[in-house]
Amino acid sequence: MTLLLVALGAAVGAPARFLTDLVAAHYLGRAMPWGTLAVNTAGSGLAAFLAVAATGPAWTALLSIGFCGALTTFSTLSWETLRLAEDGRWRRAAANIALNLAGGLTAGLAGAALARLLGY
Amino acid sequence: MPATPDPPEPRPTLRDALRAVPVTVLAAVSLGGVIGSLARYGLLLALPPEPGRFDLAVFTANTLGGLLIGALMVAATEIAPGRRHLRPFLGVGVLGGFTTFSTYIVGIGSAAAADAALLAVAYAFATIAAALTAAALGMRATRAIARRRR
Repeated sequence: MTLLLVALGAAVGAPARFLTDLVAAHYLGRAMPWGTLAVNTAGSGLAAFLAVAATGPAWTALLSIGFCGALTTFSTLSWETLRLAEDGRWRRAAANIALNLAGGLTAGLAGAALARLLGY
Repeated sequence: MPATPDPPEPRPTLRDALRAVPVTVLAAVSLGGVIGSLARYGLLLALPPEPGRFDLAVFTANTLGGLLIGALMVAATEIAPGRRHLRPFLGVGVLGGFTTFSTYIVGIGSAAAADAALLAVAYAFATIAAALTAAALGMRATRAIARRRR
């Protein structure tokens, strides 16, 4: 059952990341990997909310491990950062890491704060 | 499919760009995401994370995922380009699903919440350093192998 919930969440999360990347590239271009920053920030916020809300093992499997885990990515973040560095764009590479870390942590704090505000 | 990263002036609308994505590519991403995420879940079961301890499961997934994405992207873009479903399935799907940023962030937060500030900082930077180093190694190793074969 847990396996099924993780699979279900991931089946939605991974294509959501793929489509977000297309939308972000459409509006903002590909000079910076904005799509990955968007999903990593949003997914971290939701995951932190769920971690504090402690909604139960089924929701954790479906949303935290499955959906958020597949929506966010570390491999693409690493690859896109290395590509910027390989192209000699060191400042952008460093900014990419810093933005993902700052965005993820800020969204995480906000998600956790929201869960506490709602009384969890 | 609009292959150019930055389309020239009369660029396609977002609707056209999204419609140009083949359903099979979306299915490949989804299926790959399921496979990668189940593998990550298996790693979590094998190395269950404990609050206030270094999350070895997610660290391993993100480092191994980095090594494999470096190898895959070099293979897919420099050695065997033109395979339409290779990157969506293995790169975006499997490795994107296997690695995670959200659990990494939650791990930093839970270490900080457990009064282990040093662990939180060490985990945050060790993961970034290991994943980037692994990805660079994956790229170099794959390029070296490809050169030797030619």
